[in-house]
Amino acid sequence: MSILVDKTTRVVVQGITGREGAFHAARCKEYGTIVVGGVTPGKGGTTHEGFPVWNTVAEAVLNERANCALIFVPPPAAADAIMEAAAAGVPLIVCITEGIPVADMVRAKHFLAETTSRLIGPNCPGIITPDQAKIGIMPGHIHKRGPVGVVSRSGTLTYEVVGQLTARGIGQSTCVGIGGDPVNGTSFVDVLRLFNDDPETRAIMMIGEIGGTAEEEGAAFIQAHVTKPVVAFICGQTAPPGRRMGHAGAIIAGGRGTAAEKMKALATAGATLVQSPADMGATVATVLGA
Amino acid sequence: MKIHEHQAKALLREFAVPVPRGDIATTPAEARAVAARLGGRVVVKAQVHAGGRGKAGGIKLADNPAGAEAAARQILGMRLKTPQTPPEGIEVRSVLVEEASAVERELYLSITLDRARSTHVAMTSQAGGMEIEEVAARTPEKILREWAHPALGLADHQARRLAFGLGLAGAQFKQGVGLIRSLFTLYLAKDCSLAEINPLVLTRDGRVLALDAKLNFDDNALYRHAEIAALRDPHEEDPLDVEASKYSLNYIKLDGNVGCMVNGAGLAMATMDIIKLAGGEPANFLDVGGGASPAQIENAFRILSSDPSVKAVFINVFGGILRVDRLAEGLIVAVKELGLRLPVVVRMEGTNVELGKKMLAESGLRFVTADDMGDGARKAVALAKGSR
Repeated sequence: MSILVDKTTRVVVQGITGREGAFHAARCKEYGTIVVGGVTPGKGGTTHEGFPVWNTVAEAVLNERANCALIFVPPPAAADAIMEAAAAGVPLIVCITEGIPVADMVRAKHFLAETTSRLIGPNCPGIITPDQAKIGIMPGHIHKRGPVGVVSRSGTLTYEVVGQLTARGIGQSTCVGIGGDPVNGTSFVDVLRLFNDDPETRAIMMIGEIGGTAEEEGAAFIQAHVTKPVVAFICGQTAPPGRRMGHAGAIIAGGRGTAAEKMKALATAGATLVQSPADMGATVATVLGA
Repeated sequence: MKIHEHQAKALLREFAVPVPRGDIATTPAEARAVAARLGGRVVVKAQVHAGGRGKAGGIKLADNPAGAEAAARQILGMRLKTPQTPPEGIEVRSVLVEEASAVERELYLSITLDRARSTHVAMTSQAGGMEIEEVAARTPEKILREWAHPALGLADHQARRLAFGLGLAGAQFKQGVGLIRSLFTLYLAKDCSLAEINPLVLTRDGRVLALDAKLNFDDNALYRHAEIAALRDPHEEDPLDVEASKYSLNYIKLDGNVGCMVNGAGLAMATMDIIKLAGGEPANFLDVGGGASPAQIENAFRILSSDPSVKAVFINVFGGILRVDRLAEGLIVAVKELGLRLPVVVRMEGTNVELGKKMLAESGLRFVTADDMGDGARKAVALAKGSR
């Protein structure tokens, strides 16, 4: 078992004729993911680097039973690409695009709420179930199949924890990057619930950031519902208030959203907190008794 | 992105939000001329991207044009230090000269994103003019909130509730409702991340006015607002920040002496954290991004090493999209060009890491290599202390 994606997932890549889209579609396919083709409006009927291209997501769903959309569309058109995938009935939408205007995401999220689609991201590395499906931009080779569910707001910091786990021989059930934007599709709570219900997942590694209250909401859910051990790290302990630290979401506003507050909430909820990012893998090993 | 008060007020005027009459001046003589044109008592306000100007001496009242000239002479050119500026302050390069308003009551109005609800929220309070965050913390019931519909926006009845909540009545109620609606229209039309009027005032002659105005904008949406992007004032930003933004690097100068260069915002923040845990202080936040080119790495290294407070550099890269060999390529070019003035600790992991390590080893340059984040941070902190 795993969550959200596995070897049966059929991926259509929106923005496949762009540089990033074409590059990562090929990397995902190499990893073993079923990539059925791509969408670029106006280029339907052609092929791009071996992938069939359609004009609309609906055509990819109709012709190839695509059930997952991976989006590399540039920021001005990305929110619309998300809505197109949802309108076509795609159940899982993974948006990698960084830099989508917040107001666009507010509208897209409202649109999604009236559909049954789930959005992961935007501004995220994607999702991977090791040895089954890589739907995103993460380096596949650092992953290993196993018992740890990873959920994170950060990209490279997720690679860091996966690298630490794999180096210790500890594999991952699924790794989900929920993205660093202030308005995103899937929250910590959503992923914690899925991992808690997934029989393969024996422990959960959660990586949060300063800004917002998503970690606090995750903490409340852990306290009330999660029966598996949770290890948590919050980055940005030394970030100055009022400055945007790279991710649009990572900003301490008015003394709220600090690392200290989030760590306290998670510790109170029973999670094991990691102080140093160098110790994430070792701490997971300890809670697993490995 | 932030803009000046006078720029924000020009936008408010464009959207029919009432503001005091006034104009910008960059010399004492201009300030005098503006005051003469306005007639009567005026306020002279320093134009910097920071709050707390009044207490720091950046806002002065004047009874007549000569007084305005004198006030402007005092304010222009001063380095204004407030809790919101860097410790060395910001140089005042212009002042806003406005008609002084006879204030009856000070109120608060703002619109921003509520992340938890994924929509925009309008907030009002009768406790305006003071530290609103303190009001929110101590007496949250004194702040009214109305959440806009994500697609339909702020409804009229919501604007009315907010205006009633401000205690407005009669003609002022009508003005207040119009003002709230206009501000929301502006907020959406220009992709603001914050529109804040503090204080919103009732004047003795019965007007509702935006006495101060703060507009921040969503950087991601500036591509569709060239007129807003043009309002950017690079004098208000750290020169190294400005230089970094030219190369799409995300750089923020901090107070320590360990320079860091990292790919990805989360890992960059975690790197700052681990430097601190190792007993050091980060000199900056620098995210070179996921797909940095060798040229960007080169520019990043140049910007990093041009900060005189940096005593050692810690490069921490987990290559995913950014291949480690490309990092090594950029780094070698940069160091050969600039010379290895500082100790450089490199920790690399990920795609093509073996090739990257080989390139650094064969470059003939004396990089300090680290096995993991913790090792790298300890080495960089020790080197920064040693070279002091």
